[in-house]
Amino acid sequence: MSWSSWSEFWAMGGYALYVWGSMGVVFAVIAAEVLGLVWQRKTVVDQVVQGRRQRQHERQRGATTLRKNAS
Amino acid sequence: MKEIATVPAAASRSATPSPAPRASRWWKYASPQHAYPLIGRLVPWFLAAAVLLTTLGLYIGFFVAPTDHQQGDAYRIIYVHVPAAWLSMLIYVVMAFWAGLGLILNTRLSSMMAQALAPTGALFSFLALWTGALWGRPTWGTWWVWDARLTSMLILLFLYIGFIALQASIDDKRRADKAGAVLALVGVVNVPIIYFSVQWWNTLHQGSSISLKNGSSMAAVMLAGMLITTLGLWAYSITVALVRLRSIVLERERHADWVGHLEEIRA
Repeated sequence: MSWSSWSEFWAMGGYALYVWGSMGVVFAVIAAEVLGLVWQRKTVVDQVVQGRRQRQHERQRGATTLRKNAS
Repeated sequence: MKEIATVPAAASRSATPSPAPRASRWWKYASPQHAYPLIGRLVPWFLAAAVLLTTLGLYIGFFVAPTDHQQGDAYRIIYVHVPAAWLSMLIYVVMAFWAGLGLILNTRLSSMMAQALAPTGALFSFLALWTGALWGRPTWGTWWVWDARLTSMLILLFLYIGFIALQASIDDKRRADKAGAVLALVGVVNVPIIYFSVQWWNTLHQGSSISLKNGSSMAAVMLAGMLITTLGLWAYSITVALVRLRSIVLERERHADWVGHLEEIRA
């Protein structure tokens, strides 16, 4: 262990800006990607469910019209 | 007479697939329908590996590894810079492989796999450039130079962005896959250029500290931290690519019957 205290750890021997600037952006990018994927998944599932419901609706309406026309 | 003659032919034809049940079992997963649930089961394992290995690797890098006697603590950027750079190149090759496979075999899932990898590869190449700039400033005195290594890395980022933009700009998905595949395959030449740039040209960027021939010039504990973080971020890349792949499959196959039977769609 090369640190005697937390403040020494955060100071990174005077290179705090560079080291934490790197680590911070890496984790920010990872967090953004993960959140984006969760959001994408939710959106796609919602769209697919909605699209299928709509098609089913249209099919049912089509069947009713056909039946009406036949009678 | 003719009918009798066809019987053995038909029998032998039906007999041929049986010697290769193993191969057909794997081919099954080339169809989105069978791959989708399998991928869903794989994700938690890769996620666990990603979290454990990345945490362990960074712990070694920041708490166990000593300060470098030349660069001080600025060198610790290596624990994210090198893994990001390696993965951006690896992901590109894997992406081009799947895109090429989709082009040759006309398998939809391969092309979707390539599409799922592109954003993650682009992010890692951005991170390699970003962390490189933050490392270059204290060690070289500059954020950026137009030397061979840095420029070819920037081209890699543009290749990823080009692939994503090209695919998004073509409405017909199968045509988009084919156009993207051609771009991805042409761009592969850039990967060895990045890798060997520090040998071929006189660059400000240092040569590799690790080589297959000479082993490593790094201290073992630093090397361990870097390699374990690489494995962790590798597992992370697989995790996010698979999650993205599932969304792409769902979106592209939304009219297929099997999608209607999925739990998440029925509920």
